Amino acid sequence: MNGTSTGSLWTIAWTFGIMSLFAVGGANAAIPEIHRIAVEVNHWLTDKQFADVFAIAQLSPGPNVLIVALIGYQVAGILGALVATLSMCGPTAAVAYSASRVLARSKDAQWPGIVQAALVPLSIGLMSASGLVVMMTADTSRAAFFLTATTAVLAFATGLNPLWLLVIGGMLGFAGIL
Amino acid sequence: MPASPSLPADELPETPTRTPVGLGTLFIAFAKMSLAGFGGVLVWARRAIVEQHRWMTADEFNETFALCHFLPGPNIVNLSVVFGSRIRGVPGAVAACAGLLGPPVVIVTVLAFLYARYGDLEALRHTLAGVSCAAVGLLFAVIARMMLPLLKRREPLSLLVLLAVFVAVGLMRWPLPAVLLVATPVSILLTMVVQRRGRP
Repeated sequence: MNGTSTGSLWTIAWTFGIMSLFAVGGANAAIPEIHRIAVEVNHWLTDKQFADVFAIAQLSPGPNVLIVALIGYQVAGILGALVATLSMCGPTAAVAYSASRVLARSKDAQWPGIVQAALVPLSIGLMSASGLVVMMTADTSRAAFFLTATTAVLAFATGLNPLWLLVIGGMLGFAGIL
Repeated sequence: MPASPSLPADELPETPTRTPVGLGTLFIAFAKMSLAGFGGVLVWARRAIVEQHRWMTADEFNETFALCHFLPGPNIVNLSVVFGSRIRGVPGAVAACAGLLGPPVVIVTVLAFLYARYGDLEALRHTLAGVSCAAVGLLFAVIARMMLPLLKRREPLSLLVLLAVFVAVGLMRWPLPAVLLVATPVSILLTMVVQRRGRP
């Protein structure tokens, strides 16, 4: 394990680093590509492990992108988790910083406002698409779908702390109702 | 840029509160929203930035998030960098990003260890499934909230673009780069037309 470990770390670093630069649309939109890299190309995880890791990433606090930390851990332990996270977030953070500087510097021009306003409907449309895709993997029964719908309405219409809704969902799942 | 109400996209420097925000406050605010962010941080980021701290208006948040959505990489990490740097420059970006990623990486590593050991437990599997269903519901709620400013402004064209992207990516499952390549220029063109028409 120790012999291959350094090599694995490099592979994690450059595959996630390069992939992140093409991952337009965020962590959820990148899930298919992450699956391809981790399961099909590098055989770091089986399909079943990938599904589990995805659920854990959804469940755990923090950005969903931390699924790469879970994958990194499977490959090379704690160091793997750190390297995966840094290479997934570092390069794109630098890009985001430069882009926001460019936009701020041209704040007197009209185009940044137009471009940003134009991106809003695209962004919400993409998120809705992600919502649909995740819903189709998560809601495998009528009860599960009902739970999702109820949670959506409650979270939208009330100021209820979303954490409670997640806890209730977990309890219903534990009770075997879904 | 003329300060006309028909130009809602006039946003960058005008955060609602102009009081300086400390680096520690930034770090803690992002650590909090991150740690609260089960099933994604966006719900909490919006709540903290728009509703709780009032660092941005709903429209400003939408526009900043849309920008971050279109930069490559994880949106919410981009959001922390863009937001932090707008408020406090590079140190602000680092503080926000560190707050967002630091604590949850520790937790996720512990979970990874536990999963490696107990991942086959049936009860755990069922609980995870229930949590996922609720998390999807939360995602839909935040989408609905982000749509409110669009609905209030009654811009059928942007709603049409939204719907088209949803159908292309969600229903037709067309490849994302191709969809964006077409949809982005179309949306920019439509926005220009709408803004020109709305001008007095």
